[in-house]
Amino acid sequence: MVKPLWIARDPSACSGCRRCELACSMHHEGWMWPEASRIRVFMPFPGLEVPHLCSQCQDYPCVEACPVEALSTDPDYGAVIVDREKCTSCGACIRACPGTVPYLHPGDDKATICDLCGGEPECVEVCTEAGYNALTIVNEGPSVHRKLYSRNPVDTARDLAVNMFGEKGEEVIE
Amino acid sequence: MTPRGYAGKYLNVDLTREKIGDVTFPEETLEQYFGGRGLGAKILWDRIGGKWSEVDPLGPENVFIALTGPMTGIYPGGRICCTGKSPVSNGTVGSTASTEFAHELRTAGYDGVIVSGRADKPIYILVTEEGGEIRDASHLWGTMGEETLKILNKEVSDELVSRDPDVGLMKEPGMIYVGPAGENMVRNACVMTKLCHAAGYGGYGSVMGSKNLKAIVAKGRGPLPEVYAPEAVKLLWKRAHEHLISRDSFRRQGTGYGGWSTGNFYSSEPIRNWQEEWHDERSFGGPMFETRFWVKKQWSDFNCTTGCMKVSCVKTGPWKGAITDNPDYELQSYCGTNFGIYDPEANIHLSALIDNLGHSGIGGANTMGYAAELYQRGILTEKDVGFKLEWGDTEAFDRLARVIAYREGVGDVLAEGTYRAALKIAEMKGLKPEELLRYAVHVKGIEVGAHGTRSDEDFLAHDIGYAVNVQGGDHTSVVRDGYHELSGSVFTDSAVICNFARTPQELMFDFAKAVTGYPITVESWRRLNGPRIVTLQKAFLLLGGPDVTWEPVRDDENPPRFYEPLPSGPFKGRTTDRELVRRRRLVYFETLGWDERGIPKKETLEKLDLGFLEKSMFRLR
Repeated sequence: MVKPLWIARDPSACSGCRRCELACSMHHEGWMWPEASRIRVFMPFPGLEVPHLCSQCQDYPCVEACPVEALSTDPDYGAVIVDREKCTSCGACIRACPGTVPYLHPGDDKATICDLCGGEPECVEVCTEAGYNALTIVNEGPSVHRKLYSRNPVDTARDLAVNMFGEKGEEVIE
Repeated sequence: MTPRGYAGKYLNVDLTREKIGDVTFPEETLEQYFGGRGLGAKILWDRIGGKWSEVDPLGPENVFIALTGPMTGIYPGGRICCTGKSPVSNGTVGSTASTEFAHELRTAGYDGVIVSGRADKPIYILVTEEGGEIRDASHLWGTMGEETLKILNKEVSDELVSRDPDVGLMKEPGMIYVGPAGENMVRNACVMTKLCHAAGYGGYGSVMGSKNLKAIVAKGRGPLPEVYAPEAVKLLWKRAHEHLISRDSFRRQGTGYGGWSTGNFYSSEPIRNWQEEWHDERSFGGPMFETRFWVKKQWSDFNCTTGCMKVSCVKTGPWKGAITDNPDYELQSYCGTNFGIYDPEANIHLSALIDNLGHSGIGGANTMGYAAELYQRGILTEKDVGFKLEWGDTEAFDRLARVIAYREGVGDVLAEGTYRAALKIAEMKGLKPEELLRYAVHVKGIEVGAHGTRSDEDFLAHDIGYAVNVQGGDHTSVVRDGYHELSGSVFTDSAVICNFARTPQELMFDFAKAVTGYPITVESWRRLNGPRIVTLQKAFLLLGGPDVTWEPVRDDENPPRFYEPLPSGPFKGRTTDRELVRRRRLVYFETLGWDERGIPKKETLEKLDLGFLEKSMFRLR
């Protein structure tokens, strides 16, 4: 393993510009395709923008759950790699993910997960360039203390709402 | 077919007959009118141009149109452009708002939605890759903007998941909607989106309301439309963003620092219904908003790195719970200084309230300031209004906003917008119309944006800026000289991209060419495309009706107040130069090939491929 990558994320700093979605889809799909981006910014309420992407969990429940071994981990950076030939679109990985991160691609219907762009994530690059730093690469790498797990974006937004709006935050998401 | 940045079809909805289908337009029409403001005007001519003067903007015969352009979502800063016959100007306005609705529509395969007729009960339209559906909105009717947004977000997301339960999560849909003001056909009500973004000028919220149309919601899972030269577009996309990112101060401050600076430095801010345009209230400065209320300092819309918006929230005190953007300069002034209010908390509350009601924080707030001046002058009394309406009284303006949105008492009169309310009040009081119109700050029924012309120091509006503008008091499309703005706001409103995501003209037009493959240039927009669109809009204004038709030249004027000397500040005594306005108006008409009364000449119509206007313009000459 070269060095696992840690993309730290800060939804309170996310502007909602979604240039990460555009950069990601141009890299992976060749063109701007927001719903085929491996990172997607959810917005359950205006002002509450939540970047949503794979966290490379310690125990990789999605990889565990795949009945046809279409999912594996990349030995260099720890990304989840999907073998699109093997994938049967059964959705087991989606259900196994604590944050419902994987999704079936709107084009070929196969499971779609962040591959960390082979070590140089495009999403982080554009976010950094714009000075938002909602996505940053943490150079020291991950440790078990900080190890991320994904959450559903609406749950994240509910917490963020209280953080940003105080009491009012408790009522902004249906 | 050559890819040109268009999704390729428009959703056509007839609410009376409950019929939905797709329509397309010939490539020649798209090249000439592009999208948004331009294409919207052409669609209107084709649909209702022949009987324009008889069409009631709030009747089923009007058409509500929400359009994107070929660059929307691809070029930074995507917007939606709403248009139709305007219930305030009786012409047309290309009224735009930044929103994710725009790219959701395009990724669902549609470039726009065209709605005619009238539903017999409240409905909303859902647009997906499967097409359009008319859905019941009884449960949404009467709800404020915030509720509408919350309910629709949940309802539509759940519905889409239930249709396709195995694909995983989908991002929220995009939507445009109206609040109570639109439902109650408050004439200058807005089409709202994202809680506090509005397509404000033109009053298209009331057009939606008149059709019982609460919202249009879109969700797409496809890619953005293909373009003519994708590799060039990708390169230009990077360059455009580099340009936007380099604009440090605008990104940092947005327009939210304007509430003090525009009043103080430029002396062009509406204060107590434009009785003054200068103030020295540092309590109303940018730092007071930023430190205490901004909870997100860079808030962007899809594909925009300008991020001029900032999320504001009041967390303590009587206005606790108010959420809005900066407020931006326009609402800082119109819902602040214009009411004699210099308290940021109160300003955020009133901006949020008016947005939530779906009324216009510019147009509606102009009418509210107008009412307060009439109260100050004793023309409207406490008995007329139902309560005391003193400058600086936040609770009174809160109450006034609500009675207008719900058309209660005096609110029913004020809901007609400043110009029509003036005429009604004159009648009520047995006064001459001009005695009431002298305080009405509008141009062709459209309340003027928060940029005065008297000091001549404003960065936007000067002499003929509003007077000859085919969109009246709209500050986002002020006239400079009949030439430069044609590749500026006329272009951006038709490409449907944000004015605040503008890059140098060369880059913007290279981008447009790479997207569409059309041989368009800055010059072609200044000499042909731009004049074509503006001349068509001018023809609509000249035809006008049914309740008002603007008189050529006499109504190509600034509001009377803009000729009163400034009573205070560093430019005290200055006023708009009437002779300059007269002279520049003539030059403007000449530049565009219109006669000395502003009526397009026959040869101009021929040159611009607007021969279809000749019959009606001939009658006016």
